[in-house]
Amino acid sequence: MAAVPAVLQSEWTKIRTVSSTVWTLASAVIVTVAMGAALSALLKSSFDDLSDLERATFDPTFVSFSGMVLGQLAMVVFGVLVVGTEYSSGMIRTSLAAVPQRATFLFSKIAVAGALALLVGLVTSFLSFFLGQALLGEHRTTIGADNVLRAVVGGGIYMGLIAVFSMGVAAMLRSSMLSLGILVPFFFLISQILSAVPKAKEVAKYFPDQAGSKIMQVVPDALGSEKAPYGPWGGLAIMLVWVAASLLGGYLVLKRRDA
Amino acid sequence: MIEAVGLTKRYGAKTAVYNLSFQVRPGVVTGFLGPNGSGKSTTMRMILGLDQPTAGRVTIGGHPFRQLPNAPRQVGALLDAKAVHGGRSARNHLLSLAQLAGIPARRVDEVLGVVGLQDVARRRSKGFSLGMGQRLGIAAALLGDPQVLLFDEPVNGLDPEGILWVRNLMKKLASEGRTVFVSSHLMSEMALTADHLIVIGRGQLLSDMPVKQFISANSADFARVRTPEGEAAQRDKLSGVLVEAGGQVLPEPDGALRVTGLPLPRISDLAHGADVRLWELSPHQASLEEAYMRLTQGAVDYRSTDDKLAHLQAPPQPGQPGYGLPPQPQPPLPADVPQQGWYAPPPPGENPYAAPQPPAPAPQPPAAAPQPSPPRPSIQKPSDTTEDAR
Repeated sequence: MAAVPAVLQSEWTKIRTVSSTVWTLASAVIVTVAMGAALSALLKSSFDDLSDLERATFDPTFVSFSGMVLGQLAMVVFGVLVVGTEYSSGMIRTSLAAVPQRATFLFSKIAVAGALALLVGLVTSFLSFFLGQALLGEHRTTIGADNVLRAVVGGGIYMGLIAVFSMGVAAMLRSSMLSLGILVPFFFLISQILSAVPKAKEVAKYFPDQAGSKIMQVVPDALGSEKAPYGPWGGLAIMLVWVAASLLGGYLVLKRRDA
Repeated sequence: MIEAVGLTKRYGAKTAVYNLSFQVRPGVVTGFLGPNGSGKSTTMRMILGLDQPTAGRVTIGGHPFRQLPNAPRQVGALLDAKAVHGGRSARNHLLSLAQLAGIPARRVDEVLGVVGLQDVARRRSKGFSLGMGQRLGIAAALLGDPQVLLFDEPVNGLDPEGILWVRNLMKKLASEGRTVFVSSHLMSEMALTADHLIVIGRGQLLSDMPVKQFISANSADFARVRTPEGEAAQRDKLSGVLVEAGGQVLPEPDGALRVTGLPLPRISDLAHGADVRLWELSPHQASLEEAYMRLTQGAVDYRSTDDKLAHLQAPPQPGQPGYGLPPQPQPPLPADVPQQGWYAPPPPGENPYAAPQPPAPAPQPPAAAPQPSPPRPSIQKPSDTTEDAR
């Protein structure tokens, strides 16, 4: 029985010794912060052009997180690669020959990678927040205002969960390319498009990214976005259900199928 | 000690391994031989708990692999040389494996030295050649100083120096009392490395015996005998005589005869006595590789070769030996008649032999075309003639 601390240590060695970890996580930070800053600056200068509804629900915290739409994709790539390269390289057979307990192997890997993603997500969301507020000028809010800290911490949790969700999907599909081919269009296009289509958006509300991103809003239904039948914590709970489902699926696939 | 009992693995309708039972004992190098696709790797994966057997079981030291306490310290395996993340350095790859079993980092540098990779330890394994990959895989297997070692095709891609090194390493590991199980598709390599051989073909056990015994059982001497070309009657006469004298005669595709069970002088005497001239009479030894090939051709092919004894009087049919006529004492056939059997039945109406043969009922002209079974009579013709001749 391979001890859990040993497996955790080994997985940490695996993660820190490949360059894809650095560049996916670095691009998650840079893209999110830079795009959030750019949109914050843009909204500051065009605030007067916004509609009344948008001005009434203006949410400076959420505006500074605008970069998450793109930045989460880097998190998806990170999550997929952490699990997927085990399969594409054949390393999975070496790993499982060393750790025959497949649950220990998979969940140790996801715990280490998920913790790292969460940490990077928190750094990203705090950086995005402070930089965005600095650029929003007179429309800014402060970290001490009501619910703002919850939104900023929530932004970090959201990014971490996106990565963990991707790891579960990659474990189910057992392929980096297939997982990326499904997840990236899903988060970047399908989810965004469906949320703008009548009827379909009723379903899209329960997608992991749509539901989970509510945690980042300080003002409910910020900037005239769709009303959701759940609050910020309810949304996060819906996302957690998705994450749990993908992890369970990934575990069952790993347990049942031949490596 | 590795023990497989009734091990079976099916992938859908395809059976990769069927009812395989064997033991791999400590202290000797056990070679695991079989042609490509015979189920060697599947068996290895089942031993390591990577694939779940459809039926049967395999244990290491009495435990199924998945229930082994601290598996990396007990079992080391090289399955696939390229099964490493190409972006990770050799040292970090081994370090991550070492940490799993609580093996200190010092040991990593040690095994890197053992396999001769210390100079490229910090290079990404992406740039490694196949031989370097094999060495890295062997290093990973040695890491935990395990008592049981499995190597799947370890010499693939190695240079001659590397092959010699692996050979000696296997022997050394076995002499230390470890269980060493090495797969290969090269008989010649195994003959040099292994003490015991397990041969499988099409997923089934073909042979399980010490190498020495395998060699003596399979490397039989034989004589090649050639009678004058174009005189099939001479050859048939000779093979009849040789069989009567207790030899075994196998026709070879080029018309020569492969004779076993008779010494060369005796063959010469018999030929002289039968008044048959010889163009060739030469001693040969079947190589181990050849014996292995015959063995792994599959049970069905093997048996048909063995049956030859009873069929020897039949005209030799190159390409498909053994499917001759029922045993008869030396049928006096006209020289060119047996040739009929060498060819696929000609298209209806175009059989050049059809007209002159008395029993041929098939009409020559194109009217034959629409008939449902015109080729049939032409196939039966040779046997008809033999009946007549008798």
